[in-house]
Amino acid sequence: MNMPVNNAAPLKTQESAKTAISALWRPALVQAFVKLDPRQLKRSPVMLVVELTAILTTVLCLVPDSSVPTFVAVQIALWLWFTVLFANFAEALAEGRGKARADSLKAGSEGLSARRQEADGSFKVVPATSLRKGDVVRVAAGEMIPGDGEVIEGIAAVNEAAITGESAPVIRESGGDRSAVTGNTRLVSDWLVIRITANPGESTLDRMIALVEGAKRQKTPNEVALDILLIGLTLIFLLVVVTLQPFAHFANGSLPLVFLVALLVTLIPTTIGGLLSAIGIAGMDRLVRLNVIAKSGRAVEAAGDVHVLLLDKTGTITFGNRRCAGIYAAPGVNGKELAEGALLASLADDTAEGKSIVEYLRALHPYTEPSVQELTGVPFSAETRLSGVDYQGRVYRKGAVDSLLAFIGQKRQDLLPALSREIDKIAQSGGTPLLVCADGKLLGAIHLKDVVKPGIRERFAELRKLGIRTVMVTGDNPLTAAAIAAEAGVDDVLAEATPEKKLARIRHEQNDGRLVAMCGDGANDAPALAQADVGMAMNDGTQAAREAANMVDLDSDPTKLLDVVQIGKELLVTRGALTTFSIANDVAKYFAILPALFASIYPQLGVLNVMHLSSPQSAILSAIVFNALIIVVLIPLALRGVRVQAASAAALLRRNLLIYGVGGLLVPFAGIKAIDMLLTALHLV
Amino acid sequence: MHSYDYWLIIAFFAVVLVPAPFLGRFYYKVMEGQRTWLTPVFGPVERVCYRVAGVDAQQEQSWQKYMLALLAFNLAGFLLLFSILLFQDYLPLNPQQLPGQEWTQAFNTAVSFMTNTNWQSYSGEATLSYLSQMAGLTVQNFVSAATGLAVLVALCRGIGRKSASTLGNFWVDMTRATLYGLLPLCLLLALFLVWQGVPQTFAHYVDALTLQGVDQVIPLGPAASQIAIKQLGTNGGGFFGVNSAHPFEDPTAWANLFEVAAIIMIPVALVFTFGHYVKDLRQSRAILGCMFALFLIGGSVSLWSEYQPNPTLSNPAVEQTAPLEGKEARFGTTGTVLWSVTTTAASNGSVNGMQDSLSPLSGMVALVNMMVGEVIFGGVGAGMYGMLLNVLIAVFLAGLMIGRTPEYLGKKLQAREVQLLVVTLLVMPVGVLVLGAIAASVPATAATITNPGPHGFSQLLYAYTSASANNGSAFAGLGANTPFHNLMLGLGMLIGRFGYILPVLALAGSLAMKKSAPIGQNSFPTHGPLFVTLLTVTILLVGGLTFLPTLALGPIAEHLSMGF
Repeated sequence: MNMPVNNAAPLKTQESAKTAISALWRPALVQAFVKLDPRQLKRSPVMLVVELTAILTTVLCLVPDSSVPTFVAVQIALWLWFTVLFANFAEALAEGRGKARADSLKAGSEGLSARRQEADGSFKVVPATSLRKGDVVRVAAGEMIPGDGEVIEGIAAVNEAAITGESAPVIRESGGDRSAVTGNTRLVSDWLVIRITANPGESTLDRMIALVEGAKRQKTPNEVALDILLIGLTLIFLLVVVTLQPFAHFANGSLPLVFLVALLVTLIPTTIGGLLSAIGIAGMDRLVRLNVIAKSGRAVEAAGDVHVLLLDKTGTITFGNRRCAGIYAAPGVNGKELAEGALLASLADDTAEGKSIVEYLRALHPYTEPSVQELTGVPFSAETRLSGVDYQGRVYRKGAVDSLLAFIGQKRQDLLPALSREIDKIAQSGGTPLLVCADGKLLGAIHLKDVVKPGIRERFAELRKLGIRTVMVTGDNPLTAAAIAAEAGVDDVLAEATPEKKLARIRHEQNDGRLVAMCGDGANDAPALAQADVGMAMNDGTQAAREAANMVDLDSDPTKLLDVVQIGKELLVTRGALTTFSIANDVAKYFAILPALFASIYPQLGVLNVMHLSSPQSAILSAIVFNALIIVVLIPLALRGVRVQAASAAALLRRNLLIYGVGGLLVPFAGIKAIDMLLTALHLV
Repeated sequence: MHSYDYWLIIAFFAVVLVPAPFLGRFYYKVMEGQRTWLTPVFGPVERVCYRVAGVDAQQEQSWQKYMLALLAFNLAGFLLLFSILLFQDYLPLNPQQLPGQEWTQAFNTAVSFMTNTNWQSYSGEATLSYLSQMAGLTVQNFVSAATGLAVLVALCRGIGRKSASTLGNFWVDMTRATLYGLLPLCLLLALFLVWQGVPQTFAHYVDALTLQGVDQVIPLGPAASQIAIKQLGTNGGGFFGVNSAHPFEDPTAWANLFEVAAIIMIPVALVFTFGHYVKDLRQSRAILGCMFALFLIGGSVSLWSEYQPNPTLSNPAVEQTAPLEGKEARFGTTGTVLWSVTTTAASNGSVNGMQDSLSPLSGMVALVNMMVGEVIFGGVGAGMYGMLLNVLIAVFLAGLMIGRTPEYLGKKLQAREVQLLVVTLLVMPVGVLVLGAIAASVPATAATITNPGPHGFSQLLYAYTSASANNGSAFAGLGANTPFHNLMLGLGMLIGRFGYILPVLALAGSLAMKKSAPIGQNSFPTHGPLFVTLLTVTILLVGGLTFLPTLALGPIAEHLSMGF
């Protein structure tokens, strides 16, 4: 599955320039040193242990030991420091990308003020940071909206480019489904009265910043679990190394302390321990760059786990509007006459459906159209439920079957069987039949059809391979729904859906132990969004929906739910792959270090030196250097994430075990040998 | 190897494998209170037990209550046995007028039998009265095995149940495990052994005049009944000091075959029991596949190394076959090696030869079998729950790589589960490495070791590994009957037993409470060759990474120093 991260907006291009690695490595390097502070490092216990051993080794360098040349001890100490620095660098680099974006966002919000409504109804200018949930503010054209909120009065155009990167202004008005506004966006016309819905620190902007900043980031559940395992492994290896000295004494030998420290650091899972937080931050950053704001990392991980996607038909599976797919002349009417009639009836129709009819017919029958001035447009009204034009004294109308029949005073039974059959066929295929008449004469039918987005079928097929079922949610009748479902290739349909039915369906799936993801925008979607394990609200939706959901898509593109699932999976796979790699590495390190360590006690253990490393010192130093460098080598993978192919779990497991498990076993043998040869050639040991 | 060696191996696998699926299903039905052909016989006994004890068989317990009941029962068992051993000279059935045990040794023995370890720092015929053997040790042989079985079914229920708060009733599980699970099989085996010539008597030891004209005291006693449960309950504590190397414990080739098969008969069957609990026998086959893979790897290495001529005797004038020192001469090298591998793979600990005389590599196989936590069949119940812990670790390590939160049979593995798994991962390192290191640092230890160099270290390592793994077999050579070792090894056994049981019960409780996700195409595949390989590698990797340095100082160094 590929992830289209297409942000055409010009603002985005500047952003990506700022987040390019080339611009980030310098500040990251500085940060790597700042992060040596143990208070910061305690978030990553494995690295804290490495730092402590680095300190210990540095001290040991000052204590002369006949068995370890100081020259070697100093190098070991240096590489231990490098190990910590490399891990810090990875984290700083991951943070830097998000930070660049967060900083530009923050800059806009500094010094913002707001006109807050006081108890007596008057307005008072206060700093935006003093606004609390429930406060009411008034914003006029040209001003910035001081915080997330809901429009309670007025209608205005808002430029949300600062948040979404989309420069075209959007309309926000009280009531309805477009009442939510986001802080730090600019009003370009009119005025709004807004009720603030977020305290400082809880707004969309704050959340965006918190997601990508490592220090404030909350660890996700899987990360916590993995952290515990890594601490456990560290503890085990600590016991292994600490007890080795008494055992060596029992064998009448003694092991140099520096070497024991080196053994400990190479055994504990430094690779994953060092990259764990970078992986998490980079994953969140990918989400932010996709313009999706998650309220917590938990939701992103849950997205990787979902079994069922509830997808709204309109906007996600099909384009929002139905399009003309064909016309059928009534018996006795020739095609040209129908085409002309249908075209005229639609010329004044500004809706997307009307336009699609005009487009379709223009291509079908070139015809000299009258200019708009010659027409008297009759817009759609709730009363007649018809639209059309009056032209040269003739009355052209189109509309739903029953409405139009009523208009021309006919009954359904009166329809000629040929036309009636055609209408039924359209309905059965999931389309909507319209009838066209001219001066009371029935000309024929227009076939309006939901158009399934290109590529969506393939997307669903990929999801199915990953074991994720898609359920199409639609208000259509079951027949229509089934036809579109078949075309789009979804697994199941929830037809004639109401918010209650949607909620019940989610509960039902959850009771069976499945995790459900959905997206929605209306206020009536809020309960379902809250119930779903992953609920993604559209940014242009209602505030209620945005609050109930655990993610907000700033571009209001429901298809992005699929990308979020992908990111969630990548996040988990990357962690798992590097953990496996890290643990598998230990085998080779044992073969490098054990013979070197015990050389003075049992020289016969030299047989285990399968890599033929040149000397005990070189073996231990090579293992330490490899251990540090592998972190650097894997930084790009940690930041980019491991790609998740559309395949069954068994296939994914086989592939990743082969690459990261078997690879993790073999790579260090080659790596340590190469470093050993280099160190020997450079006379560093 | 001779043809009869191959026949022994084939017969061994047949006796173990053929009844396993049926026995496994029987255990499931019995533990779940379903009707079996034994219900008419034991049903009334079972009901009387509940009435006398005041147990409501329908009342299920939360994991905390289940654990408390288990701890209380084990503590009571320990105190009873401890008192019997201390005061056996005041108690009946002591025809040899044997004195009570010294208190540290009594502590060690009581802990040893309560924890299903059966480490013996004494020689049964020389120190214990018939009452101590029968009412003390044999009772614990039964209930310690039943305890393991109870913990296993609690874990099985935890995995199998959905959104449940209870794990069953400990008292009911114990009663059923003992009555239906252990007694009938033990009766059969005991009768068979009596037929083959194992003594079962309260009579006084026999004084005999040997052909050399020397007076000899031939110890007797109610041996058959104890040997049956010692084999079937993976206990291993011999009636006589030299265990099944004594002709009264293991008199014939047939007795030998059934005794060695009995070691893993129940553990293998319990793998199938698990499959019935989770309604998916594919899981059982995968786990069994892994156990057999590990067993065969260890067995092959051990056999191969025992048939190597000793290079230190590389004199062309000496014709070498397999070294026979310390082997059971009646059953040959294969017979001894098969027993040695089986007894350490399962946490049995009985022997029919001298473990100390094994080749270094063979000795290492025995050590590794125990170091991986006694999960290659393992103890009754204990082996399977230990194996399930490894399954969970493998699933957690590799499970992320399919892009989902790791799940086993629909149950998510989260921070709490990983926490408990990590506790169990620490048991063997603490028991073997930490306690071993302390013992190694005590000057008195070195004095009691019979061999210098790496072999001496192996002897020490073996003792602490055997105790922590609740195995009970000994490498000998280490003078273990000192107050220091009695107490330290006792501590090792406690850590090795309850360091698993307590987290396992908490894990069972935590898993039971979880919802269960449906298993489909996107679930982590826990059956099939890929998972068997993954599981096998995980077990070897986790165990190997923990113990390779210590093994390098012991058996590996010894092997290399012999000039192979």
